Amino acid sequence: MKRTPVLGALALGMSLALLGACSSGGDAESNDDSTGGGETTITWWHNSNTGDGKDYYDQVAKDFEAENPGVHVEVSAMQHEDMVTKLEAAFQSGDTPDIYMERGGGELKDHVAAGITKDISESAKETIDKIGGSVAGWQVDGKTYGLPFSVGVVGFWYNKALWAQAGITEPPATWDDFFADIDKLKAAGIEPISVGAGDKWPAAHYWYYTAVRECAESVLQESVKTLDFSDPCFVKAGDDLKKIIDSEPFNSGFLSTPAQTGATSASGLLATGKVATELQGHWEPGVMQGLTEDGKGLGENTGWFPFPTFTGGKGEPTAALGGGDAWAVSNDAPDAAVDFVNYLLSDKVQKGFAELDMGLPTNPTASQYVSDPALADLLKVRDAAPYVQLYFDTAFGASVGGAMNDEIALMFAGQASSQDIVDATQAAADAEK
Amino acid sequence: MIDVADEANAPVGASASPATSTLVEVAGRAHARPAAPASGGRRGMGPAVRKRLEILFFTAPALLLFLFFVVWPIIKAVQFSVYRWKGYGPLVDFVGFKNYISVLNNDVFIDAFKHNIIIAIFSILIQLPLGLAIALLLNRKMKGQNQLRTLIFVPYVLAEVIASVIWFQLLQPKYGVIDTMLSTVGLHGPAQGFLGDPKWALATVIVVLTWKYLGLAIILFLAGLQTVPEELYEAAQIDGASWWQVQRRITIPLLGPTIRTWAFLSMIGSLQLFDMVWILTGGGPANATNTMATFLITEGTKRSNYGIASAASVILFVVSLVAALLYQRFILSRDVLSDARGRKNR
Repeated sequence: MKRTPVLGALALGMSLALLGACSSGGDAESNDDSTGGGETTITWWHNSNTGDGKDYYDQVAKDFEAENPGVHVEVSAMQHEDMVTKLEAAFQSGDTPDIYMERGGGELKDHVAAGITKDISESAKETIDKIGGSVAGWQVDGKTYGLPFSVGVVGFWYNKALWAQAGITEPPATWDDFFADIDKLKAAGIEPISVGAGDKWPAAHYWYYTAVRECAESVLQESVKTLDFSDPCFVKAGDDLKKIIDSEPFNSGFLSTPAQTGATSASGLLATGKVATELQGHWEPGVMQGLTEDGKGLGENTGWFPFPTFTGGKGEPTAALGGGDAWAVSNDAPDAAVDFVNYLLSDKVQKGFAELDMGLPTNPTASQYVSDPALADLLKVRDAAPYVQLYFDTAFGASVGGAMNDEIALMFAGQASSQDIVDATQAAADAEK
Repeated sequence: MIDVADEANAPVGASASPATSTLVEVAGRAHARPAAPASGGRRGMGPAVRKRLEILFFTAPALLLFLFFVVWPIIKAVQFSVYRWKGYGPLVDFVGFKNYISVLNNDVFIDAFKHNIIIAIFSILIQLPLGLAIALLLNRKMKGQNQLRTLIFVPYVLAEVIASVIWFQLLQPKYGVIDTMLSTVGLHGPAQGFLGDPKWALATVIVVLTWKYLGLAIILFLAGLQTVPEELYEAAQIDGASWWQVQRRITIPLLGPTIRTWAFLSMIGSLQLFDMVWILTGGGPANATNTMATFLITEGTKRSNYGIASAASVILFVVSLVAALLYQRFILSRDVLSDARGRKNR
């Protein structure tokens, strides 16, 4: 009997070895920062995983390697959702890629607090000055942690043919005009607006925008910092939204409609001519192209107009709601990684980025190269806006943003008041403090 | 209504599986036993030692997997649940039971719990009589019996995700197949669609769940029916019992153990329900179809409140465990005991 434990341990050891053999496959893609002999390897994750965009980024990495001997850029191009999931896991395991995409706001704040993201205020000073105001969404306590390479704005995308069919010649500037247009569209038997309230954030964009129209810039800036929503303009924003919902402009089943997956999603309904309008971000044309069989989306019928104003609102009428993506550097990345993000924002790289219509470039020298007319229009609106308010859910962070989006979605279902939205947001914010 | 374990409910699945496996073992072993005592080792080791080693060797991999993927996550979940944690960085912000209090005070979670209970009750109330009736019918000798049996089992074989996506498309308002069919006969579904109207959504989910899991109930009942001894039917026939009497007095009582096991599986599956709801409604509209599992996934992955999500998962685990233990103690125990007694008498 004495030998049993030894043999038992042996048996255990053998099965451990078996388990080890099973799991070793996963360890293969470790990302070492450096591989001795003066060579530096930096890892870069991005989400342009198809077509020209992928080729372009591969070329960018090669060019950078040529200009910086001894530096090797390991590029991982991933589908967007995959990348987000993998990033989340990377943050948790502490195995963050050297250069990754950062959406800014509260999310970034959490990353900074957890020591994941590197402060590049000094090392990227020149680039930051060049980009200007857009960088604000990637600053925490006055320090910069990310360089936005594409910042877009949200607005109403519409089907010009359907609007003309309803006898409307000009997009509305105020909500009173818009309400009249909604009635005209309905009278013509066309569903006026689709909204993916099933995914919540597309519905929440309405409240964000009514808040941008009702609240002064200083109030919004302050509330992002202090998470204090006591200003009455936030309740007014809810009242405005209530008016919009009460005009019943939305597609049937909007409470369970997804944002942009499949032909029956909000974007799909717009792309296939089933509804006339949708409030959505700058990526909408690309999404619609993916949702139509001919790959053209609405094509020539694509129209865009900014979120109309309310009479008496304290917000800037040309201010925009938007957001974007920035390159951020992880805390333990080598200096070459910072050089690389500077390079990514250089005139040369942003020009190519603009020429391929990969987004709305933030480097002002690149703006002129955007060829897609819809994107070029958006770019003008963005650059004319006194400020671009980062999506609130991003700005406030997942926890507060999630609670806020849920409550806004409840208002769409007729189960929350203007005050409820403010209260729920404040409660979630207080739980953070 | 078995929920095939996914990450969200894996810990709870563990609590359920020992219970079910004992049942299976008890049934299966009765015949296997006589062959089990193998001849002892010839190379000096005592047969007892050798047998222990054998057991250890063969169970160690499974035990290790169990420890790594079931016990360890449970321990970690309990640990996370007493911290406020965003999902990364070290655990520093100890909050004690605050997460539990906030979950239990959250109307959305309480509603989610109620939805779980409603789904569990209606799954059994609908699927039991329906499944039993169909199983009894399919048990009669008839043409195409096998084809019918296969057909009825198809929904269960479909992956839950795929079935959900199909139903999601069928149930689309205005453009979906179901709405189109209804309108051709002059009927109208709810204006917001079956999944978009808070009043209809939960009922719709239950209908889809019934469609999906009825096949399992039927196949289990059919299997149970095969164990009813033919002699009893013959005896009843000689006594002049009608078909209906035979079913009521002989078949259904002898099907008892099968029904009780199925109800157990159905109940645990209902408590852990996630995939179907997640794809059909995402817990909406207006939280009308949230379950405990969708609640904790939303809190965790969407809002990064991993502490609260862990607290919710521990509560879900405890609820399932208590339900499983109570069920075993008061309802399943009869079956297990009677079987053990039967074995002793043999």
